Amino acid sequence: MTVISTTPDAQARTLTVLAEFPAQPKAVWQLWADPRLLERWWGPPTWPATFREHDFTVGGEAKYHMTGPAGERSNGWWRFLTLDEPHALEFEDGFADEQGNPNPAMPTATARVDIAEIPSGTRMTITMRFGSAEDLEKMVEMGMAEGMALAVGQIDEILAAA
Amino acid sequence: MVVGQRDADRVFAALADATRRDIVARVLRQEASVSTLARQYDMSFAAVQKHVAVLERAGLVTKERRGREQLVRGDIDTIRRVRELLRQYEDVWRGRIDRMHDLLTQSGEDTR
Repeated sequence: MTVISTTPDAQARTLTVLAEFPAQPKAVWQLWADPRLLERWWGPPTWPATFREHDFTVGGEAKYHMTGPAGERSNGWWRFLTLDEPHALEFEDGFADEQGNPNPAMPTATARVDIAEIPSGTRMTITMRFGSAEDLEKMVEMGMAEGMALAVGQIDEILAAA
Repeated sequence: MVVGQRDADRVFAALADATRRDIVARVLRQEASVSTLARQYDMSFAAVQKHVAVLERAGLVTKERRGREQLVRGDIDTIRRVRELLRQYEDVWRGRIDRMHDLLTQSGEDTR
């Protein structure tokens, strides 16, 4: 069972996500460390992510794109700031140009992930921090794909119930 | 959207200061005069007045003259907008956590 709480703090510009998984910390760590696993959860099903590079070292970068239903691409990058296997990682998350290079004109967010062992498995705490309201707005735009996926899911449900 | 991007940055800059966040929290609950506010903080009346002016420019509070006093009142709309953005982003993460959960539990082996 995944217990989850999300705590948005408008004044501090942060979003804290808390989740519990019936799995060991090292398995949760692998979801971040292994690009083939990352691809299966980062992008929503209608906008799957492809990680072309994933240099999982401090200072290393990941380059990825998400592909939309009409073939459109959204490019992103990560830069790893802290890696403390399997307890914590920190990275910057931003937008990239078509070659996958960070686009300095676009916003970045900083994510901190804490992974702790608990009796039922693992507790993961993610804190996303945004530099400005504009940054948050852009990140939401990039995440709009998720809203679309949810909408599609709802349509499926309606059809199934009809 | 009522508030433009430049305004939004002003909001965040205004809220970057702990005293100003405290003033906003206070006057959202109950309007207060600048002199009442000044008594709450270990700083001069002028300093508090300056903080209130920053908040007013950012649209976080409004000032109204009543008699000899300036009443400061919180304006929730600007904060509401940022909260709405965060809520949308929250949905993105809820989807991700669900998929992580599926990946962790579908392997068939007991990883507990």
